[in-house]
Amino acid sequence: MSEEKKVLLRCEHLVKEFPVDRKRSVHAVSDIDLEIYEGECLALVGESGCGKSTLGRTLIQLHKPTSGDVWFKDAKISGMKASEFAPYRRQMQMIFQDPYASLDPRMNVHDIIAEPLVTYKVCANKEELTKKVLELMDAVGVPRDFLYRYPHQFSGGQRQRIGIARAIALRPSLVICDEPVSALDVSVQSQVLNLLKDIQAQYGLTYLFISHDLSVVRFISNRVCVMFLGRVCEIGDSALIYEKPLHPYTKFLMNAIPIADPHLRGEEKTLLEGELPSPINPPKGCRFHTRCPYATEKCRTEEPALREVDGRKVACHMA
Amino acid sequence: MDEMLLEIKHLKSYFYTRKGVAPAVDDVSLQVPKGKIVGIVGESGCGKSMTAKSVMDLLKYPGRVADGEILLEGRDLTKLSAKEKRKVRGEDISMIFQEPMTSLNPVIKVGKQVREAILIHQKMDKAEAKKRVIEVFRQVGISEPEKRYECYPHELSGGLRQRVMIAMAMVCRPKLMIADEPTTALDVTIEAQILKLMKNLCDTTGMSCLLISHNLGVIAQMCDYVYVMYAGKIVEQGDVFTLFDHPQHPYTKGLLASIIHLDELPDRLSTIPGVVPNLMHLPEGCAFCGRCSEAMECCKTKKPELHDLGDGHAIRCFLPAEREAAHE
Amino acid sequence: MKKREHLENTAEQEALAAQLGESDTFIDKMKRMAADNKLAVFSAFVILIFLLLAIFAPLLTPYSFDEQDLLSRLAAPSSKHLFGTDELGRDVLTRLLYGARVSLAVGIIPTIASMVIGVLLGMISGYVGGIVDSVIMRLADVVLSFPSLLLAMVIMYTLGDGITSIFIALAITSWAGVARVIRSETLTLREAEYVEAARSMGVKDFTIILRHVFPNCIPSLIVLFTLDVPSAILSESALSFLGIGVQLPNSSWGLMVNMGRTYLYNAPWLSLVPSAAIMLVVLAFNFLGDGLRDVLDPHLKNS
Repeated sequence: MSEEKKVLLRCEHLVKEFPVDRKRSVHAVSDIDLEIYEGECLALVGESGCGKSTLGRTLIQLHKPTSGDVWFKDAKISGMKASEFAPYRRQMQMIFQDPYASLDPRMNVHDIIAEPLVTYKVCANKEELTKKVLELMDAVGVPRDFLYRYPHQFSGGQRQRIGIARAIALRPSLVICDEPVSALDVSVQSQVLNLLKDIQAQYGLTYLFISHDLSVVRFISNRVCVMFLGRVCEIGDSALIYEKPLHPYTKFLMNAIPIADPHLRGEEKTLLEGELPSPINPPKGCRFHTRCPYATEKCRTEEPALREVDGRKVACHMA
Repeated sequence: MDEMLLEIKHLKSYFYTRKGVAPAVDDVSLQVPKGKIVGIVGESGCGKSMTAKSVMDLLKYPGRVADGEILLEGRDLTKLSAKEKRKVRGEDISMIFQEPMTSLNPVIKVGKQVREAILIHQKMDKAEAKKRVIEVFRQVGISEPEKRYECYPHELSGGLRQRVMIAMAMVCRPKLMIADEPTTALDVTIEAQILKLMKNLCDTTGMSCLLISHNLGVIAQMCDYVYVMYAGKIVEQGDVFTLFDHPQHPYTKGLLASIIHLDELPDRLSTIPGVVPNLMHLPEGCAFCGRCSEAMECCKTKKPELHDLGDGHAIRCFLPAEREAAHE
Repeated sequence: MKKREHLENTAEQEALAAQLGESDTFIDKMKRMAADNKLAVFSAFVILIFLLLAIFAPLLTPYSFDEQDLLSRLAAPSSKHLFGTDELGRDVLTRLLYGARVSLAVGIIPTIASMVIGVLLGMISGYVGGIVDSVIMRLADVVLSFPSLLLAMVIMYTLGDGITSIFIALAITSWAGVARVIRSETLTLREAEYVEAARSMGVKDFTIILRHVFPNCIPSLIVLFTLDVPSAILSESALSFLGIGVQLPNSSWGLMVNMGRTYLYNAPWLSLVPSAAIMLVVLAFNFLGDGLRDVLDPHLKNS
């Protein structure tokens, strides 16, 4: 990582727990330090329940952190009052997973895309608003004729484009993309990924890209952060991690991807055994040790810290 | 030549809606040889699930099989009585679905649900049936099968639930298992486990499998033969190596090109432009015409037939005929 | 009547559903009901006719509702008095039409009032949650656990007779059901991704409720309305029948049934005609409500 990169968003010792009942709680995010640099695309990767979505939402204060702090540029945004936070809120927007659920079925395209603009009173009058909406539709490739159509008249890919238009309407600096293509078909998925990449360059956006799909992440991201059960396993440049993963969990994840080449199936792959441990009662020591074939006594008792190995950070005693 | 277990001939399953008839499955013919895994791949709404549901007689109103034959070892399933169909459905063919939670009854213990599946179809006392359930649980890799027998569905993780579903499908030793997106709702590491299990089961029991997926990776890893569907029709078919190494139909080529490879990273992904056409308003000619990079004049007006390329490889396209004509 | 199986909620089937036009607009749904459910359409027609009759009552009949003709008391139906006369010689048809004004007003006005209360409290309860939710819902439980007629009677005794008291009594007894339904709708909608999207944009909670939550509750509200109106009509009839509702010489259907009771043997039309009117209107509202529920809100089917 080069030093001249500016940090856009940063969190320290971030913890988010959701109470289940009076005694127990789900440890969704446990003590995470993270930095997002300006202009990059940082991907959060992991399986369902690893806390990647919660982390994304906690970073932009959609969830209130249980403890820990979040800074946006130089301002500490965690613990801010709603009125103080408003100017920061508009710089952080979100793209959601389900293009069917993230658009209000009773609003037309114009009103959906205009909602953030109306909320922050960006436009002086209706003509200006419509002009702006049309420009956004051009930017994401939704035909202008569809201005007054309703979401149910669109395909999944087009809906996701509308969602993207809404997210960039306020010219934010950070966009959280929460599994933006996982509900889409393969051919549409690549269209939307190309669009996301173009938009990033065009608007100078920083992405926090949350996904379980390692191939998608490989294409879009500069840096990857692999999570397991609320903790960071490995974080570093994508090229580096994909080429030579160091954490056993990262290796297993990469190994498990079904490759679209029938010639590559004869070789017996080592697969991860077992299931995800409960996030209510995470294992002591390294959280991965119950599934890790290389676990030793030390892994069972002592939680590994993130440390610099080979140009990236890894949380494993063995690396 | 392999012996065929399932042969679907000219199957047409339509949706009869207020706004017109939608040909969700339009003249589909496919074959599942004994002991092989056959895949159907395609995008949302291409009719792959509808094909499977037609075989299982699970189409819901307003969808129904309009025409065609579904032959299981030579017996036409579409002509059976409701009672005979039910018998076939449990004993000879079984199905596993995408979302295991919705396919299991949340208030009955999973062991009991699987046991019911045996008791409906086979004469067996309850203790014997339970023994068989536990045996199958072990076979599908459920650890501590006796303990899991007493669990309710919500106490199990997604991967275990899918194993229970597979156990339920396996318990009557079916000849054919239809798996409709069996791993789409699962995480990659669990997906890999389940796929491995399904492959092992097919290899060891000689069962055939009809695997439906949108994921080309899953298809490449699992199947012997592949059918590619688009807008209700099969557009390309062939054995898995031919299909992945030498795809001929522009749609298959486009699909394969849009896959992201981890080792080679392009600046932009290759895409298929446009969207899947509406089944109610299919174009006059080839359904893929509007998105096809190699479309010709004839594609706009005529519907292509399946063109045989030899060795069981065939595509629904005018291109090969056109090339031959150009040669002569 | 054909019941539409709803396609399962997977992305693939959503896509298919969209292609098949399953996800229709409100107007499409209304058209579908009109084509599918003739009974509902007929019911809507019946309700419309009753409304028109009530509105234009003074123009439709030569008599006044309290005009007595002591010479022709308890006259059987004839061409002069289509539904006969009562014990004071008042024309039954006239009283029926004027009674329709009271009964329909009693059906509609307190229902609207109860919906306003129910929607407000239900949305606050569902959206805010926590202690506010607990307090509002316990209050609703209390109201619901009382036999509603008894509660209405108590309120009527406190407020005194008169049509306004009936409105208030019925509104107070029926808001709780509405609040419950709207609360559960709000709870679901609050978790909807588009509501989260609005929150992530920084839209104010009040605006979210107004812009995203309320409009999506409207289908349920329409259904609830058509099902609550007949129960209000019945409650008024019961109150008037018991003698604590509308007072003479005013007319209401319940009151007419009550007054005719004494002459059931000699002049059965006195009770039967208003009873039939009550039944017709209540059934019409119920059929219309069922039809609307089928097309608008499959979730409400079991409630």
